[in-house]
Amino acid sequence: MSYPSQGRRLPEGGLIDRGSPLLFHFNGRTCSGYAGDTLASALLANGVTLVGRSFKYHRPRGIVGSGAEEPNAIVQVGEGALTVPNMRATQTELHKDLVAASVNAWPGVSFDLAAAAGGLAKILPLMPAGFYYKTFMWPQSFWRHYERIIRKAAGLGRAPGAPDPQRRDKINIHCDVLVAGGGPAGLAAALAAGRCGARVILADEQFIFGGSLLPGDAAIDRRPARDWVGRAVDELRAMKRVRLLPRTTVCGYFDHNFLSLLERMPGQPLAERLWRVRARRVVLAAGAIERPLVFPNNDRPGVMLASAVSQYVRRYAVRPGTCGALFTNNDSGYTAVLDLLDNGISVAGVVDPRTTVHGPLPGRVRERGVKIHTGCVVTNVAGRRRVRGVQVMTLSQAGNTVTGKAATLQCDLLAVSGGWSPAVHLHAQSGARPVFDESRACFVPGESVQAEQSAGAANGVFDLAACLAEGHAAGAAAAAAAGFSAAGGGEAPSAEPAEQAPLMPLWLAPAPPGHGKRFVDYQNDTDAADLQLAVRENYRAMEHVKRYTALGFGTDQGKLGNINGMAIVAAETGAGIAATGTTTFRPPYTPLAFGALAGRERGQFFDPLRKTAIHQWHVDHGAEFENVGQWKRPWFYPRPGERMVDAVNRECLAARGAVGILDAGTLGKIDVRGPDAAEFLNRIYTNAWDKLKIGACRYGLMLGEDGMVMDDGVTARIAEDRFHMTTTTGGAAHVLAWMERWLQTEWPHLRVFLTSVTERWATVSLAGPRSRAVMETLCGGIDFAAAAFPLMAFRDGTVAGIAARVFRISFSGELCYEVNVAAGHGRALWDACMEAGAVHGITPYGTETMHVLRAEKGYIIVGQDTDGSVTPMDLGMEWILSKKKDFLGKRSLSRPDCVRKDRKQLVGLRTMDPQEVLPEGAQLTDSRIVSRPAPMVGHVTSSYYSACLKHSIALALVKGGRARMGGTVYAPLVDGRTVAAEVCSPVFYDPEGAKQNG
Amino acid sequence: MLLIPCPWCGPRDQSEFSYGGQAHIVRPAEPAALGDGEWADYLFMRDNPMGAHREQWCHSGGCRRWFNVKRDTVTYRILAVYKIGESGGEGEGGGGAP
Ligand SMILES: [Zn+2]
Repeated sequence: MSYPSQGRRLPEGGLIDRGSPLLFHFNGRTCSGYAGDTLASALLANGVTLVGRSFKYHRPRGIVGSGAEEPNAIVQVGEGALTVPNMRATQTELHKDLVAASVNAWPGVSFDLAAAAGGLAKILPLMPAGFYYKTFMWPQSFWRHYERIIRKAAGLGRAPGAPDPQRRDKINIHCDVLVAGGGPAGLAAALAAGRCGARVILADEQFIFGGSLLPGDAAIDRRPARDWVGRAVDELRAMKRVRLLPRTTVCGYFDHNFLSLLERMPGQPLAERLWRVRARRVVLAAGAIERPLVFPNNDRPGVMLASAVSQYVRRYAVRPGTCGALFTNNDSGYTAVLDLLDNGISVAGVVDPRTTVHGPLPGRVRERGVKIHTGCVVTNVAGRRRVRGVQVMTLSQAGNTVTGKAATLQCDLLAVSGGWSPAVHLHAQSGARPVFDESRACFVPGESVQAEQSAGAANGVFDLAACLAEGHAAGAAAAAAAGFSAAGGGEAPSAEPAEQAPLMPLWLAPAPPGHGKRFVDYQNDTDAADLQLAVRENYRAMEHVKRYTALGFGTDQGKLGNINGMAIVAAETGAGIAATGTTTFRPPYTPLAFGALAGRERGQFFDPLRKTAIHQWHVDHGAEFENVGQWKRPWFYPRPGERMVDAVNRECLAARGAVGILDAGTLGKIDVRGPDAAEFLNRIYTNAWDKLKIGACRYGLMLGEDGMVMDDGVTARIAEDRFHMTTTTGGAAHVLAWMERWLQTEWPHLRVFLTSVTERWATVSLAGPRSRAVMETLCGGIDFAAAAFPLMAFRDGTVAGIAARVFRISFSGELCYEVNVAAGHGRALWDACMEAGAVHGITPYGTETMHVLRAEKGYIIVGQDTDGSVTPMDLGMEWILSKKKDFLGKRSLSRPDCVRKDRKQLVGLRTMDPQEVLPEGAQLTDSRIVSRPAPMVGHVTSSYYSACLKHSIALALVKGGRARMGGTVYAPLVDGRTVAAEVCSPVFYDPEGAKQNG
Repeated sequence: MLLIPCPWCGPRDQSEFSYGGQAHIVRPAEPAALGDGEWADYLFMRDNPMGAHREQWCHSGGCRRWFNVKRDTVTYRILAVYKIGESGGEGEGGGGAP
């Protein structure tokens, strides 16, 4: 196999495996890299410097950083179902055959239509701060036109086009000490805590541990730091109670020391695992993020963080340019110059706003013959697709303007360093407030509010020796706080303290008149002028400025630009940085896929699926199913060639004319037992239960304490101290929980036990004039004569030889028997009924027919004809409200709002055209609409075609409905028609009840 | 995610529990004797303190028992956990009626 040459790879060095070359594809081009590369380092090795286009102006952008802070190198990784947008190339571990593309370049990075036209800003009206609000929000109807263009040109990646084929796992775990970050402080902390015997988790977002030590040449314990990292990792690996998680980002810090970690699997960066960790103590050693400087045209490809330059040169053995320069306000930036020089890359000069520069690092740079332009700033960067040189001018005495003649440095790489910002994100997510430290010119962790402690650069400590000491102490302290003896922590690793001169805060470099844009947030193209404009327009609070200018709104959440942006706003308002404060740090630290959060809880594992004992029969007989709560219920049973309406009409006529059979096993069933069971039901239901005879049933209505209908069902008295309660299919769990709560919290003295028995019983309902005949064939020991076994009674006996409890109740208005047997016998019962009923034309029917039959009788379904704002009086059910006793919700029924005359009341509707079936949910008006908005007087809750009555029927809630009998209401439909309907009684079929009593 | 110490089962993740709102709201013995305003107070009006708050929780994914929690609504720290019928002591957030 041949590998394309890597023209920008240094001949030796780096933490890459030159024995393992890897082919990969970027924007359609085949490139090669090595194991140990990130996509970003491999792209640089292949000479790819242009990786995207900016959001607003479509300016060419290159790689700026080397980690989570990267704003520009945002790529789409993978293809088809296995693709993820908005990945940072700097954090994407290179693997064989990796496919990636720029997300923000349409149609391509090199030839970009929008840029050819001068960016979105030229295609569309000028885009200053707040441009969305100013330009696009009015007139509102124009937004959809703008949005289409913006979305396409801005290109924020695409979602996968097919379901995720991967299995994603979640792991729940407890530990004593969680260490976030595996740099010097994190490793020292994990070692100390691990040696004390604590259960430690050490997580680092990179694929190898070491953090800032990886590119450096520091010494720890008098040996090269990289060797110390190796030994530290070996020691940790040997500890049984320590878990090392490389490639793992601690992305969220939640309440009670609960943290979420996202682990990427080696070799397949799209495969992820979510760790849900409950830690006794947390050590935050997440390091610091270098700040860029804000100066004209600071976004040219080739402008790169000084620390990233060092990473690419030393860790990845890549030449990020052929001739470099440095713009820094602090000593640490000088390291990049030394790293470039050590690897044969010339450096044209250093620009430093400080007038005296004397630390050891600048001294070494001077010794190598590199000129340091002190008291100067960069005032322009030449080159469009690549840095060609930088312009340098002298700062005025006051430091707020530039003076003199501009000098030019020829270079194609500009390293920048504006100092370091501790990664306080997790600390802030834990609920604490970072505070601004004037002396170090950065936000540092404030007082802890959870069991966490920051250490090292994350705590604003930038010297290696101090980082190691602090990390070690934090690890030992965390172990001690978790109950281990800190004495076992051993010796702290040591390093020589290094001397660094203080930085000079430079939040916005002064520039000459007519200067180019000074970018603060690369991803959202927010420049300094946008922020200043926002303040001039009186946006003062940082959160408001953020929303107005989009500062920090990108997928990078402003890791690079936010602190500079706040400081610029603070200078403009005069409030100072400490008072201006940060915006809120929200989880996740870096983006994570929804799939990682969903884990395996999708598809059939999203929610339990419940099937009745007779389910397979329905499947075998071609039933269409409907979801009712978690239950799968037969909806209707189409015969070959039948449409739904045909099947439902046939089923309805069979139940009305002969006998229908329904699987009613999903009804909620609760066993209510105990000496106070009847008293308990008296309180829960609106009607009285103490006088109900054993062997009899009663319909009951439950209200919330607000008086609104909550559930209904039939309850039977099995014994003096025992009731069999049924609830609606969807309400069973809620009703049980509701009753449990009253028993436990308010009436613990009532001796009542509740047991859910829904799944213990299979229930088969036979409805229709022939149902008695079928039952008589099947049963022994039960007298089915109407007088012996009346409506609202139940009998124990056997049905088809199976011990059964038969209820004579009716939800259809027909003569009806509900047979309950132990669930295991449900299918046998069903089969026996079908066989015995064959001569009578027995017909299985589903929930749709059940709904039609009950609506013909005007029986409500709680949750369909009621919606939590309906009282029993609204339903015309005053008859079920006991006057003699209190019950839950009773007092509310006399509240003024519940006795209003214009409340919506349940009525029936008959359309003028008998074939017209109103849509459920249709709004009703008093007259045909002449102007909008028209006053609504109610809505349709249930609506069907009644084959038995040969006209449509509907139930509706209509204001003052019962006083409108015979009147007309109108339903304006979506299709523009208005349908007139007559208000009538909700009972359409057999109002005297002769059928069900027969 | 809170870590809630169920009085019967010990500390468990919040996802095993359901929230029941303010604790120690006693159902009036004679609702019919109350005016509309008094009944509305019982039915709708709840405290919304910044700081200690006594509330009911149910270990619905565990032992299914209701109990009382005294919790700081700012820090989310759980200050006390006690069974139904117990007062949970005096102090911040008010004493709980048994
Ligand atoms: Zn429990």
